[in-house]
Amino acid sequence: PNCKEVTALVIAREDRDLPWERAALRVHMAMCQACPRFERQVLTMRNAMKQWRGYADDEADG
Amino acid sequence: MNDTRMVFDDFAQQVADAHGYLLKFARLQLRNETWAEDVVSETMVAALAKPQAFGGRSQLRTWLVGILKHKVVDALRSHQREVTVGDSDDDNADPLDDMAFKPDGHFQERPAEWGNPQQDLQSRQFMAVLEACTDKLPAVQGRLFLMREWLEMSSEEICKELQLTSTNLYVQLHRARLRLRECLELHWFASQP
Repeated sequence: PNCKEVTALVIAREDRDLPWERAALRVHMAMCQACPRFERQVLTMRNAMKQWRGYADDEADG
Repeated sequence: MNDTRMVFDDFAQQVADAHGYLLKFARLQLRNETWAEDVVSETMVAALAKPQAFGGRSQLRTWLVGILKHKVVDALRSHQREVTVGDSDDDNADPLDDMAFKPDGHFQERPAEWGNPQQDLQSRQFMAVLEACTDKLPAVQGRLFLMREWLEMSSEEICKELQLTSTNLYVQLHRARLRLRECLELHWFASQP
């Protein structure tokens, strides 16, 4: 199949399995300078929410 | 007999002490004070009705949160219609799109480098900012986002529970994640040295 369209797929990947869109994403990531940074931010948010669930449990325990 | 009574009273007191903590999470997920109060009450009643089910296998609050999550899903299911409507801009383009991207679809401003996020994620202040940003999401986006991230439901489960189309769900989650990113950038990463 601009940055807005690439980042839309980066976000969509958090909530659904992309059809082998995955290839297009890889190709466009390699060509776009800003998109990999956005991708790292989305990954950070994923880790943050995971950490938050743990933090909520820790707070519950403590 | 008296010992049993004292043990139960102590258990009941600990359950009562968890009220504020449980209410915080119920509010964050349900975005409705009445529903939140109801699910917390139901959680406490369920806990007090079967104290033997606790059995000390985990921390009491962790066990209570487990019950709360089930009650929250029940509430979302029974208020299904109201859960998925309410944001005034639901059917229109999200103004955030205009702020984040130019008309040609390229970034207004290139995404910032977020430094060493692993270190940030260990910080209580970061968690407080993350919680505040989640709390600031519009009601529908916030509910759906936390169903994914706190209740850990799959997209398919959410669509089934709330009779949502997958397209509608993905649009709302997309907006929620964009907003969360914007909020974290503004209130945490931009202010870090």
